[in-house]
Amino acid sequence: MRSLKIKRDWVHGWLLLLPAMVFLFAFTHIPAIMTFINSFYSTPRGRRSAKFIGLDNYERMMSDPVFWKVLWNNLWFAIGTIPVSIALAIVMALWVNERLAGRGFVRMAYFTPTVLPLIAVANIWLFFYTPGFGLFDQITGSLFGWSASNYLGDPATALNAIIIVTVWKEAGFFMIFYLAALQAIPVSLKEAAQIEGAGRWTIFWRITFPLLMPTTLFVCINAVINSFRLVDHIFILTDGGPDNASALLLFYIFEVAFRFWETAYGATLTVALLALLSLLAIGQFFLFDRKVHYK
Amino acid sequence: MTDQLSVPLAGKAIQLTAVSKIWGDTRAVDQISVEVPEGSFTALLGPSGCGKSTTLRMIAGLETVNGGSIEIDGRNVTTKPSAQRDLSMVFQSYALFPHLSVAENILFGLKVRRVARVERLERLKRVTGLLGLAELLDRKPSQLSGGQQQRVALGRAIIGEKPVCLMDEPLSNLDAKLRHEMRLEIRALQQKLGFTMVYVTHDQVEAITMADQVVLMNGGKIEQAAAPRELYERPASPFAARFIGTPPMNLFSAHAFGALGQAETLQLGLRPENAFLDDKGSILLDVRAVEYLGADVLVDGVLGDAAFQVRLPSTNSTRPGETIRLGFNLENLHVFDRTSGKRRDDLTHEIGVHLHS
Ligand SMILES: Nc1ncnc2c1ncn2[C@@H]1O[C@H](COP(=O)(O)OP(=O)(O)OP(=O)(O)O)[C@@H](O)[C@H]1O
Ligand SMILES: [Mg+2]
Repeated sequence: MRSLKIKRDWVHGWLLLLPAMVFLFAFTHIPAIMTFINSFYSTPRGRRSAKFIGLDNYERMMSDPVFWKVLWNNLWFAIGTIPVSIALAIVMALWVNERLAGRGFVRMAYFTPTVLPLIAVANIWLFFYTPGFGLFDQITGSLFGWSASNYLGDPATALNAIIIVTVWKEAGFFMIFYLAALQAIPVSLKEAAQIEGAGRWTIFWRITFPLLMPTTLFVCINAVINSFRLVDHIFILTDGGPDNASALLLFYIFEVAFRFWETAYGATLTVALLALLSLLAIGQFFLFDRKVHYK
Repeated sequence: MTDQLSVPLAGKAIQLTAVSKIWGDTRAVDQISVEVPEGSFTALLGPSGCGKSTTLRMIAGLETVNGGSIEIDGRNVTTKPSAQRDLSMVFQSYALFPHLSVAENILFGLKVRRVARVERLERLKRVTGLLGLAELLDRKPSQLSGGQQQRVALGRAIIGEKPVCLMDEPLSNLDAKLRHEMRLEIRALQQKLGFTMVYVTHDQVEAITMADQVVLMNGGKIEQAAAPRELYERPASPFAARFIGTPPMNLFSAHAFGALGQAETLQLGLRPENAFLDDKGSILLDVRAVEYLGADVLVDGVLGDAAFQVRLPSTNSTRPGETIRLGFNLENLHVFDRTSGKRRDDLTHEIGVHLHS
C-alpha cells in the first residue's frame, strides 16, 4: 500500500515536470548535445553523408587564423566594453539616484538605448559614422577641420566603433540594476558616514561600492555573456569587415554555418564558445566570491 | 563595564534660536528655541510626527534649516556640513555598515580622519572594554543581537570623543528588559564621559528617567522645556499635563466646583494619584469601572461631562455604579487658561478659598 502511494506521488511529480522538461530538452539540451556530437563529424554534402572524423574539426580550428583573429577581437571587445559600460552605469545610476529636477525623464533617457532593438540602434549609429556627412565627421570637421574619416571601413577603427555602440547600448541596461541596488542601501548609512567626516569620495569607495558588489558580480557575468552573444549590430554596421577586423566569435560561427554551410565546423566553433563561456562564468564566481558581500 | 576612560571630555553647549523647517506646507519645526547646557542630557520628547527627528537632524547638519540659527559652543554652524560640527550620532536603525566588521565599524570615523594606527587601536581597546564588545570585534553586524548592535553603534559614536552626541530613539528596537539596561548604561556613559547629549524619544519614561532637561514638543512647537520634576509637578499647558504621567492627568471644567468667578475660561487638572477618598471632599465621582492593579486600584468615573480617573489603595472596595466623594491637596491642583492654554498659578489660591467657603 505504502509503496504504491509513493509510486503514485513519484508519477505525479514527473508528470508535473514533463511539459517544462520537454521544451527544455527539445530546444536547449538536445541541440547542445547534437552540436557536441556533430563537431566530431564531417559536414554532409549532397549525397555524401556525414562521417565520423574524430578531432579533425578541432585541429582545423586550432590552425584557423580567422578563428584566432575573432577570438582576439572578442577579447578586445570584452575588455573595451565591460569596464567602461559598468563604470558608466554606476556613474549614471549615482546621478539619477540624486534628487534632481526631471529625474524621471533622465532615467528614461538613459534607459532608451536598451529598449530600442539593436538593429534600429545600429542604423542610427550607421548614420553617425557615415564618412563625410555623418554626425561625427560633421562635428570633427567643423570644430577641428578634420577631413572625412571612415570609422567603420578602416580596420584600425572598425572594432572600436562597434565597442562604442555596444557601450552606449549596455550602460543604460546595467544602470537599472545599479539604480535598484542603490535604492536598497539605507540613506542612514551615508548619513552616518557623513557625520563621521567622510566626503563623497570616501563614502563611495568605502560604503557604496562594496555594498554594490553583488550587483557588480551579476552585471559582470551578464556583460561577459553579452560580449559573446550580442552580434546583431555587426551585421548592419560592418558585416564583420574589413578583413574580419570587427568579426566576433559568434558572428564567425554564423558565417561558417549559414553562409558557407560548413555546419560541422560551425558546431565545433560553438562547442569552443560554450566551453569558453562556462569557464568564464565559473571563474568569475570564484574570483568574486571572496570580495562580494552578501547580507 | 570597566572604568578605563581617563579624561572626561568637556561637552559643548548647543543653542537653537527660532529654528524652522518647512516641507511644502507642513511646518515640521516651527520657530523653536532651545538651550542645551554643556555636558547636560537633554531629551526631545513628543508624540509621533511632532518634529523631534527633524530637529535632531538639523542639529546634526543632515537637514537644511529654513530659518533661525544653530550654535554649538557659541559658533554659528547653521550652514556648516555635519563633518564640521564636531558631533557624533546614533541612528534609530543603528546604521551599522553591513559589510564591515564590528571593529571596522567602530573605527570608521578615526580612519576617515587619519588618526594614527597606534592611537586607533588604543582607543578601540578602551571603548570595547567599556561596552563589553571585546569578543565580538570580528563579527559582521548581521551576526549580532539587537542589543549588541546597539552597543556597536554606541561605540562608533563615543570613540571619536566628540563633545556632542545625538541619539534618535536608539532603544526603540529593543525589548523592555534590555531597554531598561541600556537606559542605565547610556546615562552612566554620558555622565562618565561628560559629553552633551541630545536624545530623541517618544517614551516619556525614558525622557523622565534619563534627562536633566526635557524638551516637550507638539506639532513642531515647544510646549515646555524643563527638568523632569518640574515637568511633572508644574506642567505649563494641558498638553504637557496629559503627556507626562501614566495614567494621564485628569482635566475637567471648573464648573465641577459649582459657581466660580471665571469658570468659563478655566480648565482644572488633577493627577489620578493626587486624589483620595474624603467625606468632605469637593469632587463627586460616578464610578463606571474599577481596574485592579495589585498595589492599588484605578477607578474610572465621570465628573460633570469629563472622564476622570483616580488611583486608590487596593484595600478600597469601591464598586461600579457607586458615587464617591474625593478630596485633594490644593498644591496638587493645576489651573489652566482655556483660551491661552497657559498655566494660571495665580488663581489656585482663589479657587482654594472658594472651595472652603
Ligand atoms: N523628508 C520629508 N519630507 C516631507 N515631510 C517630512 C519629511 N520628514 C519629515 N516630514 C514631516 O515632518 C513632520 C515631523 O517629522 P519628524 O520625523 O521630525 O517626526 P518625529 O517627531 O521624529 O516623529 P516620530 O516619533 O514618529 O519619529 C512630520 O509631519 C513628517 O510627516
Ligand atoms: Mg523620529
